[in-house]
Amino acid sequence: MLATAIIVFREVLEAALVMSIVLAATRGVLHRGLWVSGGALAGLLGAAIVAWFAEAIAEAASGVGQEVFNAAVLFTAVIMLGWHNVWMSRHGRELASSLKHVGAAVRGGTSPMYVLAAVVGMAVLREGSELVLFLYGVAATASGNTGGMLGGALIGVGAGAAIGTTLYLGLLRIPSSRLFAVTGWMILLLAAGMAGQGAAFLVQADILPALGQTLWDTSALIADEGVLGRVLHTLVGYTARPYGIQVLVYLATLGVILALMKIVDRNPGARLLPAARATSPASR
Amino acid sequence: MKRLLASIPLMLVALGAGLPATEAAASDTFTISIKDHRFDPAQVEVPAGKKIKLLVKNLDPTPEEFESHELKREKIIAGNGKATIIIGPLKPGTYKFVGEYHESTAQGQIIAK
Repeated sequence: MLATAIIVFREVLEAALVMSIVLAATRGVLHRGLWVSGGALAGLLGAAIVAWFAEAIAEAASGVGQEVFNAAVLFTAVIMLGWHNVWMSRHGRELASSLKHVGAAVRGGTSPMYVLAAVVGMAVLREGSELVLFLYGVAATASGNTGGMLGGALIGVGAGAAIGTTLYLGLLRIPSSRLFAVTGWMILLLAAGMAGQGAAFLVQADILPALGQTLWDTSALIADEGVLGRVLHTLVGYTARPYGIQVLVYLATLGVILALMKIVDRNPGARLLPAARATSPASR
Repeated sequence: MKRLLASIPLMLVALGAGLPATEAAASDTFTISIKDHRFDPAQVEVPAGKKIKLLVKNLDPTPEEFESHELKREKIIAGNGKATIIIGPLKPGTYKFVGEYHESTAQGQIIAK
């Protein structure tokens, strides 16, 4: 039961952290709860499908299908997180000020909530498919101890959710004028970490060169497999023994998203919203 | 356009033919089986300094996750399935791996020489 709880906890943790950041980053957006839980549900459904086809995926692409699939899911999430941040660099201030004034829901109809819902879905998809396979395996072997397995799974999910909730409540203590600046940085680091991890999967698939198998080794300090290592892995992309290319892609992702945020923020001509277009008819 | 479309299958064939050939040249394959949640062989000697391929066959009906922090690998192997894991080039040394779903019994090591 304890073993089950630990494995379930490991898999749930990342999705829970991603979800809490997304929830904090979308404070004040209309129907965000629906979007986020919808994303999570879609992710669960996807996870069951991926688990069902696990063998076919593994054998695709000359046996490295699993790595390629994981990388593809991660890079898609990176693009969406980047998109969110670029969008927020334009509209974050309005959102923050209306959050202060109205306190409740903002007329955020154009907010790319579906983008972040998809990010949640993808986090659940990746971790969930492993979870489904694991629980299926336990259920198939230890038929007499289904109660223990269920108990362990519940403890694991509960512990993961507790850490996610703690992070969320912590983020909510940030004053609303600073909240989006903080969540923006968290999403930036989340995206960079995911991009680095995606690159690592492609190294494992022998598609990208490692550019150094182990750039540094801090596993004695903070091990990847410990709770702290896993939390840091999700939040800032920490890896105890990173490949050279992993660090390179991490930094490149940071740079590209930051640059795009700056460009969009400084250039009012690039506005895409109808409201903005109406104010500058001369540009047509 | 038609000619372009017609050439796609050709390109795919070329791609498909190219992949296994380069892989076979670049790597040696070592097979490990999983049976009753144990690795067989539990110790695998591999050459250091070159890329190698592990073919892990899961003979159990339940899935297993091949996990090694030292090798930086986590890979799920379906019940009665198999998975290819490309590792290396490794420095000489011992690298532990486990089956994450049955960590108490599924343990092994790779010895790079």
